[in-house]
Amino acid sequence: MSIGAGERRITYDARGLAEPFAEVPKISEIAGEKATFDAATLTTRQINLELKWLLYEQGVKDVTVRNPGAKHSIGVGILTRCRIRFEGSLGYFGLGVIDGPEIVVTGRVGWSVCENMMSGVVVIEKNAGSLTAAAIRGGDVVVKGSVGARTGIDQKGGTIIVCGDAGMNTGFMLQRGRQIICGNVGPHLGDSMYDGAIYVAGKVKSLGLDCVPGEWTDADTELIERKFRIYGLGKPPKFQKFVCGKVLYNYDALEPSERKLVIH
Amino acid sequence: MCGIAGVIHRDGPTDIGTEMTRMLNSMKHRGPDSTGFALFGAPSDLLVIRFKLADANDKRDTDFKERLDRRRREVGNRLKRIGATVELADSDTEYAYRVSVNYDGDLKTLTDMLEEVPGCEVLSIGHSLEIIKDLGDSNTVAQQYHLKGFSGTHAIGHVRMATESDVDISGAHPYWAYPYSDIAVVHNGQLTNYFHWKRRLERMGARFQSECDSEIIAVYLAQKMSEGNDLKTAMKQSLEDLDGVFTYMVVTKDSLGVAKDEMAAKPLVLYESDNLIVMTSEEVAIRSIIDHEIDTHDPYESEVLVWSL
Repeated sequence: MSIGAGERRITYDARGLAEPFAEVPKISEIAGEKATFDAATLTTRQINLELKWLLYEQGVKDVTVRNPGAKHSIGVGILTRCRIRFEGSLGYFGLGVIDGPEIVVTGRVGWSVCENMMSGVVVIEKNAGSLTAAAIRGGDVVVKGSVGARTGIDQKGGTIIVCGDAGMNTGFMLQRGRQIICGNVGPHLGDSMYDGAIYVAGKVKSLGLDCVPGEWTDADTELIERKFRIYGLGKPPKFQKFVCGKVLYNYDALEPSERKLVIH
Repeated sequence: MCGIAGVIHRDGPTDIGTEMTRMLNSMKHRGPDSTGFALFGAPSDLLVIRFKLADANDKRDTDFKERLDRRRREVGNRLKRIGATVELADSDTEYAYRVSVNYDGDLKTLTDMLEEVPGCEVLSIGHSLEIIKDLGDSNTVAQQYHLKGFSGTHAIGHVRMATESDVDISGAHPYWAYPYSDIAVVHNGQLTNYFHWKRRLERMGARFQSECDSEIIAVYLAQKMSEGNDLKTAMKQSLEDLDGVFTYMVVTKDSLGVAKDEMAAKPLVLYESDNLIVMTSEEVAIRSIIDHEIDTHDPYESEVLVWSL
């Protein structure tokens, strides 16, 4: 059915609920490559449409979003190099499936921030919920506060830095990449991980299945110092390293090139 | 999935009806089936009984009205017979009622006697607790039961996506802790040893009005408290005894508590200041009643937190 001139387009989300405001609001103040808009009265879809309009159609490289109001699914699917600053908090599933942007959130974020992130940098100034940086493939996620449970579940690359504490099942099924936790962690650290490294400065309540203390190398010191320097986190505390014990899965099936990396 | 919310004002009563309506409305996507409120108003010497004589979706046949009248008269007779003097009677819908009575006898006897009337279910009994629940979103229920302007100090609320039992008022939260006054619970999650605890509590004299697993939490906690445990101890014991994934909130006449299961599988966001504590399944609900920038966090696994007035 064709849509008449002046008629508002109605789209539907996965649950069949109508989203009546599917047009780009075009409310930003644009000055060259910078833009700012207030999201207080916008819906999730409007905020995301405005962001993509600015980044993909207006040549803007630096966006400030005021008052995101902890709405869910904000800033997802940004696949270009740019800078975005959210002044406030995000709800669940914020900044998912991004590839390239540098993002700062001045508030808190809810569950599953940065899920499936490919590359880029995300800095969260306050706390984050559970499932932070779930299944990220690359990039850096820095949380200056504490995080909930299952941080970096199914992580396949990249680096997660948490300046505060982390909950249970941190690094659950970690496959590759690094996690740097400056505070304490809950039970079952690194449960069922099969590669990667977890650095913890505080107390570990308990180790998960097949997670064991790892041997510290100069490369670990270099990594930690470099990340702390980049993000202005001061002098790094003393960390303990945890890796996969390589006994849980069938590591005999590894490729020859991978097998030599396995330390028994 | 369900959404839950709790709030406590330590600096005195406020329009808690409107606050809870706003919070639950901002989470209505988490549960479209029913909405419920457990509100604590000014304490009274009278006992406030909230009960229903039919369900919102009962068939409206030709005898419906007459049947309700008959049941209402029978409830009145029974209150008189047990020695409860009715001071005030009110009805917001044709099937849900609120009565204030002068009564200092046994609450179990009173409740059992009323619930012998066909279709009668006591939703709450308390000197300051009132449970209001019905089908629809929070705005619909709040309007129907005139909750705007309800003054109180603390409350919990729930929007329900039915997974374990029917879509009706009996399956809606909050649940009152039969037969103890002024205790109510809301729950987001599933209990996997529900039947074990239901049978056990039934043997101890409890009755259950619904097939909803959440109902046992309220009765379980009340039972533990009646054995001399304080609220926090009872809640900590529940983490050992109840299996499944859950975040639940409980309110008593002077306290608000929350407990998370050992897997931290269900969400909870908490805002805490000296005089105001708000916790919800989603931060967007907290933002609906606080308009300035705040710090919030997620409580961890197996956490039990209790705040008192």
